[in-house]
Amino acid sequence: MNVAYLYSLIAVVVLGLIAYAGVEAAGLDVLFGVVIPYLALIVFLIGFANKVLDWTKSAVPFKIPTTFGQQKSLDWIKHNRFDSPYTTGQVVIRMLLEILLLRSLFKNTRVGFGKGQRIAYKWVVWLWLFAILFHYSFFVVVLRHLRFFAEPVPFFVSFLEKIDGMFQILLPNLFLSGVLLLGGALLLLLRRVLLPKLVYISKPADYFPLFLIIGIAVTGLMMRYLDKVDVVRVKELAMGLATLQPGIPEGGISGLFYVHLFFVSILVAYIPFSKIMHMGGVFLSPTRNLANNTRAKRHVNPWNYPVKTHTYEEYEEDFRDKMKEAGIPVEKE
Amino acid sequence: MNDKNKIITGLVIFFLVVLFPFWFNLIFGAADASTAPEPELTEKAEKAETCVAETEHMRTEHMQILDQWRDTVVRDGQRIYVAENGKEYDPSLSNTCMDCHSNKEKFCDRCHNYASVNPYCWDCHTYPEETE
Repeated sequence: MNVAYLYSLIAVVVLGLIAYAGVEAAGLDVLFGVVIPYLALIVFLIGFANKVLDWTKSAVPFKIPTTFGQQKSLDWIKHNRFDSPYTTGQVVIRMLLEILLLRSLFKNTRVGFGKGQRIAYKWVVWLWLFAILFHYSFFVVVLRHLRFFAEPVPFFVSFLEKIDGMFQILLPNLFLSGVLLLGGALLLLLRRVLLPKLVYISKPADYFPLFLIIGIAVTGLMMRYLDKVDVVRVKELAMGLATLQPGIPEGGISGLFYVHLFFVSILVAYIPFSKIMHMGGVFLSPTRNLANNTRAKRHVNPWNYPVKTHTYEEYEEDFRDKMKEAGIPVEKE
Repeated sequence: MNDKNKIITGLVIFFLVVLFPFWFNLIFGAADASTAPEPELTEKAEKAETCVAETEHMRTEHMQILDQWRDTVVRDGQRIYVAENGKEYDPSLSNTCMDCHSNKEKFCDRCHNYASVNPYCWDCHTYPEETE
């Protein structure tokens, strides 16, 4: 066993047990249902803003776009507009493709031996496939949760639910995104557990969020399909949070729900301090958001402060008399 | 050139999106949205006192029971359901459930709408008001 993922798994299990015992045994419904979610949101907002504002201060001394194609050059050389963007518009399109389609993961390759002892690079699609499955299903799941946080339920949430549950399997209606989220997260985890090269470069900070998200997905699916909780009470609690009139609904909700909520609170509060900050970072990565036009335009680090210079003319001005005395030639008499 | 303004604009937009539930409910929401609407019982339902199972069980499992009923009736042809308390029922949504709970709008729909649940029961089944 590898300690990095063993410890992460144990951490998530312990967190789950804390929430379960806290509510079922110690009766801390208010702590886990109201106080911790609000705290998590505050930590998230402040932490996120702090991180991004810190990034705004970092210097960008050079243009460092990573390019995957021919840069703009002479007219008769074909320019690859989105892999080596020249204008802001092209950069925007490149960014959109990156953010919406995770294009850089699509370019994943693996090195190995081809025929004989020849090095060969093989295109490997799995990382992109698992990642896009994971990200989009997570996005849909988050959006669907607005049914608990908004009354009346916005039209796009009902619309998503309709598409998500279009196969009408099981009762309550199976939402595909929930299963795909769990599947995607598990596949991403398996990559990091089974491929030796990935295990070697993985840290607890890589495993912990994955286990946490798997925990969220598992508890969420359990609450809907196996050990059902009363959704009406869940919505009462969520609406209380969203309208700033928090309270624990009459009759209480089962411990499983609080485990789910605690996991989500931990994840939300953890985002600003973790790799999940890539949600903000992707917009600010200079290897993606800068145009490759250094041959045409001079790049000045926008964070440059005015440097105090002392030119030769000024130097000569200061010491002209002494230079003349010593017989050093001067430019201006 | 300094990107600080652009970045802060993006940050503000992101926070507005994240805080959607707070301002959405403030602008469009009803005042008492954090208390669920109570499903209304008809006289007949109140007289019967118990449903096919305990209320707490029915709150979370009624869809499961209906699902089982559909399978046993349609696939196995079994038209008698023995409840936990020994009583026998005709496993039928229209004839058993909606015999007591004939007020779909004030019973079924209240919670379903609140939790944004859109069951497809009534794609096929009719409910009392409609048949009249």
